[in-house]
Amino acid sequence: MSEPATEQMLDITLRVNGVHRTAAAPARRLLSDFLRHDLGLTGTHVGCEHGVCGACTVLVDGEPARACLMFAVTAQPHDITTVEGIGNDPDALSPVQQAFTQCHALQCGFCTPGFVTTISAYLEDHPDPTPEEAREAISGNLCRCTGYQNIVKAVVRAAEIRRGEAT
Amino acid sequence: MKPAPFVHHAPRTVDEAVSVLGEVGHDGKVLAGGQSLIPVLNMRLASPGHLVDINGVAGLGAVDITPEHVRVGALVRHAGLERHGGAAAALPLLRQAVRNVAHPAIRTRGTTVGSIAHADPAGEMPSVAVLTGATVEVVGPSGPREIPAADFFTGPLETTLAPDELVVAVRFGRLPAGTRTWFTESARRSGDYALAGVALVVTLDGDAVAAARASFVSVTPVPDVLDLTDLLAGRTVGDLPLDAVAEAVRAHVDPESDIHASADYRRMLAAELTRRALAACTTDHTEGAA
Repeated sequence: MSEPATEQMLDITLRVNGVHRTAAAPARRLLSDFLRHDLGLTGTHVGCEHGVCGACTVLVDGEPARACLMFAVTAQPHDITTVEGIGNDPDALSPVQQAFTQCHALQCGFCTPGFVTTISAYLEDHPDPTPEEAREAISGNLCRCTGYQNIVKAVVRAAEIRRGEAT
Repeated sequence: MKPAPFVHHAPRTVDEAVSVLGEVGHDGKVLAGGQSLIPVLNMRLASPGHLVDINGVAGLGAVDITPEHVRVGALVRHAGLERHGGAAAALPLLRQAVRNVAHPAIRTRGTTVGSIAHADPAGEMPSVAVLTGATVEVVGPSGPREIPAADFFTGPLETTLAPDELVVAVRFGRLPAGTRTWFTESARRSGDYALAGVALVVTLDGDAVAAARASFVSVTPVPDVLDLTDLLAGRTVGDLPLDAVAEAVRAHVDPESDIHASADYRRMLAAELTRRALAACTTDHTEGAA
C-alpha cells in the first residue's frame, strides 16, 4: 500500500474535561498521543497501544474507551474526560482516588489512571458492587504490581464513599 | 506502535462514503469503531493510504425492530446493542452474544456491523449473523444490494464485499415462537479472544425439540451452521442424545492449533460448550426465550 507523500495535518478541537482545546496534528494522531503530546495532559498513560492493557482508558461521553484505539480527529464531537477531569487536586480527591489511597490499590501507579477512569464510570451504573462484580469490572485493565486484591477492595470502598458511608 | 500516515476522509452521507471508497479503491479502509482496525494499524500490519471515517455519516445509528428482523445500523456500538431492551426482547441471542465481545471499554466504541464486516473467525457476531439467517445490507456505486450472511463470509477476514462497497446495516432474523437461544464461550482470561464458542437456537414443541441449530466461534474458518435437527427432533428435553450431539460438533468444527490451545483441545471445548448451551436452552430460564 502506498503512503501519502506528505502528512495530512488537521486542526483538531476537542472538548476535554469541559474545556475546548485546539491543536494542529496529523490525521493519524491517536487520541492518547493527542492528549499527552499536543495538549500536555500526561495523566493518561500509554501502555500497550493495542487496546489490551487499559492504561489509556478515558471517558468518551461518560463511557470508558481506549484512547489508543481512537483517532483524535474522530473524537471531536465527543466529551472527553481524562483522569485530570476526575480529580486533579490532592486536597480534593475523587471517591475512587480516595479509595485507592486508603486501600493501597497502587504501587508504581502506571496503570492507575486507566483504573480510575474505568471504575469511576462503572460506579455510575453500579453503585453497590460485590467483590466479584468489582473484579469483573476491572478485568479489562492490567496491573503488574498489586495482584489486584487491593484494587478490588478499592472498588468496593469507592462505592461506599460515593454512598456517603464513611467507615 | 503508531499508524503509518494516511489521508482521513469524513463523509457525511452514505453516497459520499461510497464515492470516496470508489476513488481510493484497494488503498482505502472503512473506519467505524476501529477496535479491530486501529490495533492492526498501530502494529503496522496494514497501512492503507486512506481511511474513510464513517462516524459522521447520518442515518447509520439506529436499531429497528420489525416482526421479521432486528436491523442494526453500521454505527450501533456493541454497548448500544447490549443495552437495547427492544432488541434483547425481540432476539435475546443478540444480548447473550454481544456481552461476550471483549471488555466494556471496547464495546463502547466497537460496532456490531463492523465486527461482521471484519469477518474474524474469532468474532462473536458473525456466528450470530449466520445462525439467525441475517441479511447484510450493502451500498456500492451502483446502489444498494443485499447479501445473505451465509454467502457473505468467504474465509478468515474475507468477505464478498467489494472495496467500493459499504455495509450500512445487518438485519438479524427473528426466531419462531417457542425458540430458546444461548451463547457461551471460553477464554483463558476474561475478555480475550475465545478459544471456542457456540451460539445455539433450539425450537421446542411442548417438551420435545422441534429444531436445533448451532454456529461456532474460533473453531471454523468461516461461521457456518451445524443443523442438529435430525439428531434432536422429537426428543424430549430430559432425554437428549448428548453424546451424539458432541460427536456431531467434533466432526463439524475445524480448529487450528496455536500458542493458546491445540486443535484437539478446541474441538473438545466446542463439544462441551455445545452440551452446556443445550442444557441452558432446555432447562427453565426466561432469558433465552425468544
